[in-house]
Amino acid sequence: MNHNVKVAGFGGQGVMMFGQVLAYSATYDDINGLWFPSYGPETRGGTANCSVIVSDKQINSPTFKNANHLVAFNLPSLEKFRKNVTDNGLILYNSSLIKDEVKEEGRLCIGVPVNDIATELENEKVANMAMLGAYLELTKIFTDQTIEAIIKKFLGERKAHLLDVNMKAIQKGKDYIKNLGVTYA
Amino acid sequence: MAETTVKYEKTKGLTDKPLSYCPGCTHGIVHKLVGEALVDLDILDKAIGVASVGCSVFSYEFFNCDAQQAPHGRACAEATGIKRVLPDNIVFTYQGDGDLASIGIAETIHAANRGENITVIFVNNAIYGMTGGQMAPTSLKGQKTTTSQDGRDTDWTGNPIKISEMLATIEGVAYIERVSVHDPKHYLKAKKAIKKAFQYQKEKKGFTLIEVVSTCPVNWGMKPVDAMKWLSKEMIPVFPLGVYKDKGDNHES
Amino acid sequence: MAKVLMKGNEAIALAAIKGGVDAFYGYPITPQNEVPEYLSKHLLANGKVFLQSESEVSAINMVYGAAGAGARVMTSSSSPGIALKQEGISYIAAAELPCLIVSVMRGGPGLGGIQPSQADYYQATRGGGNGDYSLIVYAPETIQEMVDTIKESFDIADYYRNPVMVLVDGLIGQMMESVDFDKPVKERFLPEKDWATTGTANHPGRRNVANSLEIDPVALEQKNIRLQEKYKLIKKNETRYEMVNFEEEPEYVIVAYGTMARICRSAIEMLAKDGINVGMIRPISILPFPDEAFDEIPKKAKGILCAELSMGQMLDDVLISNNGRHKVGFFGRSGGMVPDPEEIVDAIKNFSERVVK
Repeated sequence: MNHNVKVAGFGGQGVMMFGQVLAYSATYDDINGLWFPSYGPETRGGTANCSVIVSDKQINSPTFKNANHLVAFNLPSLEKFRKNVTDNGLILYNSSLIKDEVKEEGRLCIGVPVNDIATELENEKVANMAMLGAYLELTKIFTDQTIEAIIKKFLGERKAHLLDVNMKAIQKGKDYIKNLGVTYA
Repeated sequence: MAETTVKYEKTKGLTDKPLSYCPGCTHGIVHKLVGEALVDLDILDKAIGVASVGCSVFSYEFFNCDAQQAPHGRACAEATGIKRVLPDNIVFTYQGDGDLASIGIAETIHAANRGENITVIFVNNAIYGMTGGQMAPTSLKGQKTTTSQDGRDTDWTGNPIKISEMLATIEGVAYIERVSVHDPKHYLKAKKAIKKAFQYQKEKKGFTLIEVVSTCPVNWGMKPVDAMKWLSKEMIPVFPLGVYKDKGDNHES
Repeated sequence: MAKVLMKGNEAIALAAIKGGVDAFYGYPITPQNEVPEYLSKHLLANGKVFLQSESEVSAINMVYGAAGAGARVMTSSSSPGIALKQEGISYIAAAELPCLIVSVMRGGPGLGGIQPSQADYYQATRGGGNGDYSLIVYAPETIQEMVDTIKESFDIADYYRNPVMVLVDGLIGQMMESVDFDKPVKERFLPEKDWATTGTANHPGRRNVANSLEIDPVALEQKNIRLQEKYKLIKKNETRYEMVNFEEEPEYVIVAYGTMARICRSAIEMLAKDGINVGMIRPISILPFPDEAFDEIPKKAKGILCAELSMGQMLDDVLISNNGRHKVGFFGRSGGMVPDPEEIVDAIKNFSERVVK
């Protein structure tokens, strides 16, 4: 198992956290995880992206030309990275912000209205978790138990009260995919 | 054989290594005062001196205690490094005006600002001695040096920098006094000041600096006695002696 | 302790704590800021010294002072900051004091950029400080290897009374990876620091002096000869490298370190699928440089590709070590551009275009 994942969006959309949850989960499951951010001035207010590698083998190159999975939270990010997805790859995008249907030959393209889901939950910040739920439902790379443990760790004691809404968002993301009846992994 | 009594003994604060300073230079006197202060306060075996670059570069061979030799201007940073890992030792630097007031001014100001509990012995002779009499930031207006051969042009190179006055504005400073050793009266005052600075360090009061206005007969092109006179007549009006800051005996920090 | 996911810069800091660091002195610079940030919290909380200095220059001289006083001491910085530290590094090497310097490279020259780079190979191995001194420089490729190296670096520095530098690029500093902090470190006999300037009360009858001044040329030459003997011993004992994919005679051999070596590992796997067998010499110590590894390159090999995140610095050492035996080619990206493995694959497939000598 080896997944090269590119996560991209506006700064503040929880792009970095999305990527880190994957890397933490890999470590939790005792396989290898690697995360690295685009860092520097562009991460402040502009577009942000991070790369994640989840693998049950030794991770060699931290960089990759084409991602197996692209998670795009906004249109500029989708446009920037959509041509760098492998055959049979997955493009998961935020259909709350990207209204036109995305199509790439030989890639599974799924839009999830994560901002709308977050609005339903009355917490704009959990849009990334809704996306995570959708991602996990499609890829099935981590169990619910692993994800919950990692989200708990992320929130810490100070934000422990937010666990519930985060887990709800993840579940809604999963449900959205189930309702679509799409399978990927 | 006639009975002999010891009237004077060289301080144990200095080694037996002959000093390398030029005849008539006041470094020797200042060394003696530092050595005596360390002995009088019973801190010689806890002391770590930091030698600088300049005439006093070899001072690590003269002070009879552990020592480090710092890059040019860096003595206060090096002393900080030592003091922070050995807070109960006594750490002092011995620096000239080129070293402290020019290339090392940032290190000096920030050590003072942190209130580093170290003692700085700052020997100000208004010239670069070891490199051959170049203009220092402390050189007087009109002073002829090998790099200001028509006399220091203050419009072009600035005025003599006044370290004691400047550092006295800094909160972390516990004690600053400018002294001189050009005659016995001032010598005794200087002795008292240096001892007090080390006493303050012992009491963990903060940053202490004693500026000693000094001579450089060779590079000034004067006989030693004339140099002492020039110091008194020309330097002291520019660098007035006295206490610039004293947090006082009761101020524990 | 099981594996944890940790950012490279924070891992540097925690590894230093595991290695027994007593004091850190440093100045903020991107992309290594998480090192002092982490240490500011964890060193002070444990009664150790953390001090943010007023400048890079000051920081390295604080390191000099504390090293001379016998403490386990370190600093960290990035390219322009390490440039400023060179004076102090020369003094520390000359005074034969142990310390750890971590350098997280960014793109240069000048203020350059803040993205990952390996353009400070010369700075690390040739030094910008004056005189015939030498550091011990390790350039790990993963966070795990970096952590293991840092923990051991304090012992190595103490053993040889020599500054050790751990050199990584900004990508290793900024990325997160699974890492185990409790791998055992090789045990070394470390003599007591009876040379430290701790006050004569601790060593009656002897004055300890940390010094680099030797005004008599005869004595200074003798000192330099002695230093060179030490560096020879370090070369003999502490040179580290890895031979990758040499089981079957490789057609080509890549030489790469740090992040670039990892990229090349992936390229080597891709090339194998295309039926091209490529090996790699991965220097782990870049000073001393593992020139003996080049003796293991098969005579029939078609060439050596030196790959760097710079415009060709390690290339000098590759050319010297190869000593005219094989064709040498070069692949480099710079300024913060990090290649994908595909670019290395392409460079091997079109090796003839890459040949420099």
